[in-house]
Amino acid sequence: MSRLSRKEWMDALVARHGAELQEKFTQATVAVCGLGGLGSNIAIALARAGVGRLILIDFDCVDITNLHRQQYKADQIGLCKTEALRDNLLEISPFIKIETVTAKITEENLVELLKDATVVCEAFDHAEMKAMLVNGVLEKLPGCYLVAASGMAGMDTPNAIRTRKIMKHFYLCGDEVSDVSDMIGLVAPRVMLCAAHQAHTVLRILAGEYEV
Amino acid sequence: MVIVNGEELDIAGKTVAEYLAATNYDPKRIAVERNGDIVLKSQYGETILKDGDTLEVVSFVGGG
Repeated sequence: MSRLSRKEWMDALVARHGAELQEKFTQATVAVCGLGGLGSNIAIALARAGVGRLILIDFDCVDITNLHRQQYKADQIGLCKTEALRDNLLEISPFIKIETVTAKITEENLVELLKDATVVCEAFDHAEMKAMLVNGVLEKLPGCYLVAASGMAGMDTPNAIRTRKIMKHFYLCGDEVSDVSDMIGLVAPRVMLCAAHQAHTVLRILAGEYEV
Repeated sequence: MVIVNGEELDIAGKTVAEYLAATNYDPKRIAVERNGDIVLKSQYGETILKDGDTLEVVSFVGGG
């Protein structure tokens, strides 16, 4: 744990973002659903930007096949992703508030798990889980902002990754076509690009910038 | 005419479920927005598309 004080951290963030914007980030709660290539990168970007509280949700453990794109380390193989990512985030940003939920999100529990979030990030791997969460949040949490992702696999051009505003509270990042099932798989920088689109869209929503 | 993902289609009078059944969309992988609001999955069979409606079908692919 750093010996720097909370005030020193806040002063450094304010020096970069300005007091007004930093206050919006500090007051926010963002839920990250799925802590794989998208979620682990989203969480790191939001922690660095000084988002006050993160809710990290994943049921899975760190596997050797995750390390080519996900923000874990070799000595974390076998740990719960929630706990491993929390440790990594606290090394980056010691005063961030982190809540971990090591469980599978379902239609039944999503309201209970996500009701405190200002913004929810959909960062799952499977298309059917993505659709379940998007439909569930838009149907049951109408005041919540949702930033989802679809299409970031393979070696296609990075310039195809984009963000679209689908409706008032729903943003979609990705190229919307590159499916992991029929491509060479997920490659770190293209997944990071999509995660960066999601994280930056979250920060823009928190800043009150709602257009893309 | 109904605008679906930017394209004008002659499907006014059909329900969302009827329209989807005639496409290749996998119902487990989509979210449907109509005139700025989500269409509840339980309402696909009862939501009748009207002339001038705008529909957006978001179809998810895997990877994350």
